[in-house]
Amino acid sequence: MTTDKDNTLISLRHVGRTYADTTGRETMALQDVNLTICKGEFISFVGPSGCGKTTLLRLIAGLDVPQSGTLLLEGSPIDGPSHERGYVFQQAALFPWKTVEENIALGLKARHIYREKQHLIAEYLHIIGLEGFKGAYPHEISGGMAQRVAIARALINEPKVLLMDEPLGALDAFTRLELQEALRRVWEKTGTTIVLVTHDVDEAIYLSNRIAIFTARPGRISVVFDVDLPSPPDRDHPDFIAFRRRILQSLH
Amino acid sequence: MAVAGHNILYWKPRSKGWFFASVASLIIAWAETTFVPNVQVVNTIPYRLLLLGGIVTLVILWIVSGKLSQLRDKLYHQSQFLFAVGLFLTGWDLLSTKSGILRIPFFPGPAQIIAVMAREYTVLLISTAYSMRLFFVGLVTGTALGLTTGILIGWYRQWNYWLFPLVKLTGVIPAVAWMPIAIVIFPNSFTTGVFLITIASWFSVAFMVAAGISSTPKTYYEVAKTLGANETYLLVHVAIPNAVPSIFTGVSTATGLSFLTLVISEMVGAKAGLGWYINWAKGWSAYDKVYASIIIMAIAFSLILALLSAVRNHVLRWQRGIVKTS
Ligand SMILES: Nc1ncnc2c1ncn2[C@@H]1O[C@H](COP(=O)(O)OP(=O)(O)O)[C@@H](O)[C@H]1O
Ligand SMILES: [Mg+2]
Repeated sequence: MTTDKDNTLISLRHVGRTYADTTGRETMALQDVNLTICKGEFISFVGPSGCGKTTLLRLIAGLDVPQSGTLLLEGSPIDGPSHERGYVFQQAALFPWKTVEENIALGLKARHIYREKQHLIAEYLHIIGLEGFKGAYPHEISGGMAQRVAIARALINEPKVLLMDEPLGALDAFTRLELQEALRRVWEKTGTTIVLVTHDVDEAIYLSNRIAIFTARPGRISVVFDVDLPSPPDRDHPDFIAFRRRILQSLH
Repeated sequence: MAVAGHNILYWKPRSKGWFFASVASLIIAWAETTFVPNVQVVNTIPYRLLLLGGIVTLVILWIVSGKLSQLRDKLYHQSQFLFAVGLFLTGWDLLSTKSGILRIPFFPGPAQIIAVMAREYTVLLISTAYSMRLFFVGLVTGTALGLTTGILIGWYRQWNYWLFPLVKLTGVIPAVAWMPIAIVIFPNSFTTGVFLITIASWFSVAFMVAAGISSTPKTYYEVAKTLGANETYLLVHVAIPNAVPSIFTGVSTATGLSFLTLVISEMVGAKAGLGWYINWAKGWSAYDKVYASIIIMAIAFSLILALLSAVRNHVLRWQRGIVKTS
């Protein structure tokens, strides 16, 4: 893997994280993880469950701290959560007492830039296609809509990177396809760097430039694939199917 | 959308018959008290006027609700109950005022209670005003203190460590147990009452606020942090809003405890208020006055609970499945 130095957004060097459970036994969730993420790319983390994908994403977000190694964002160490690194959880985790519009505006309010950036709300409502639901409360919208709102809520801060932990994992097949389409549009429109954790290999191939394959016990990145397919890829094309086979083989 | 027989809220038969029966039973109650001669000496005019007022109100509601299907449904739903009320009043009146089977002074008839309300309305009105003043000053003070201590306990470790055991320990003591001490410390019966009601409401509010804050899902904090929120934002815009439903539970409990404390503290030592009035009337064996003030209490306390429930339904409109039942 060769990367242009100036184009580096995030670099992970020898990152390790161990958890101790209640009995004192230690799980090595991540060991010696090295990865460089470039500006503007869409990279996916794929691997069996329990191999440390969430752990790594939380480390990048600053929601957790590593025991060893360094995590750098544009050369400076990552120290705690920040609006520069947006995060989308598997469950949308919208605030139930806020309307769709208020949920999206949360970042602007929290950072005291609501007045200047208010116009962005309408813009992101448009991007996610929920203009008609801005006054609705979270319990009044579907799971797919809620996840769109969660994505818009993170994007309104114009983060340097958008970290997403299986954001479509809880949705039905049809809604997944629809949201994959929406994600692709968002990425093309905003140019935001995106890191996506997914257990759906097709989803990873369809959306990403690169795919990092994780293996378990200890969790580490075994191989990184470049996705070399026309954009947007055709899921039925022989090249797509062959590529999917290569990835599935690497997972075993 | 009112579909006959399929309304969850107003499920009683949507029939004109029951409505007319309810009006008829009130007319019977009126006719009975008007035309059957009295055995006890009672001024039945206020009672008869009240019944007539009830009948007229029903008829007006029925006419008005021709255009408002919600109101019409509610009216029909209540018809069977009103019908029973009319029969009950008739029977009660016959057993007391008309025959003396129920003995005075302990069991006066409806006409006598209404008559005493009409005669004593200034004293009753002033007593009610005193009670309400005591109630609201006490409850508002207690709720404000409860909110403050609850937030401190729920949010700050140090406050939790030092204050929470105190709240838990003193919170289980019924407020009126402090009365002997309160009477000595405070200059008059009003401040004593305020103190007791404050104590009664403080702890249940504090407890529920603290519980609501600590039950905030960790993910909510993480979401807010990755969006650029600081500590203050997490407290004011995440933890406290998350605690609002349980704050309302705390305030409801506090309201109930405050009613109890209010009446007891007024019955002991106070010189005004409905509790004092009951006690004073009892001293004169004027049980009709006792019943009158109990009825006023029931009405005043119900109105307060209805107000609280309306505020809650409005504030918690974001919650799923809120069904207004009143
Ligand atoms: N907070 C935690 N405490 C203890 N063990 C944890 C914790 N978080 C993750 N782990 C363990 O670390 C390993 C990796 O977890 P995770 O990163 O969630 O995997 P993935 O997201 O790939 O499914 C698992 O074995 C999991 O049990
Ligand atoms: Mg995971």
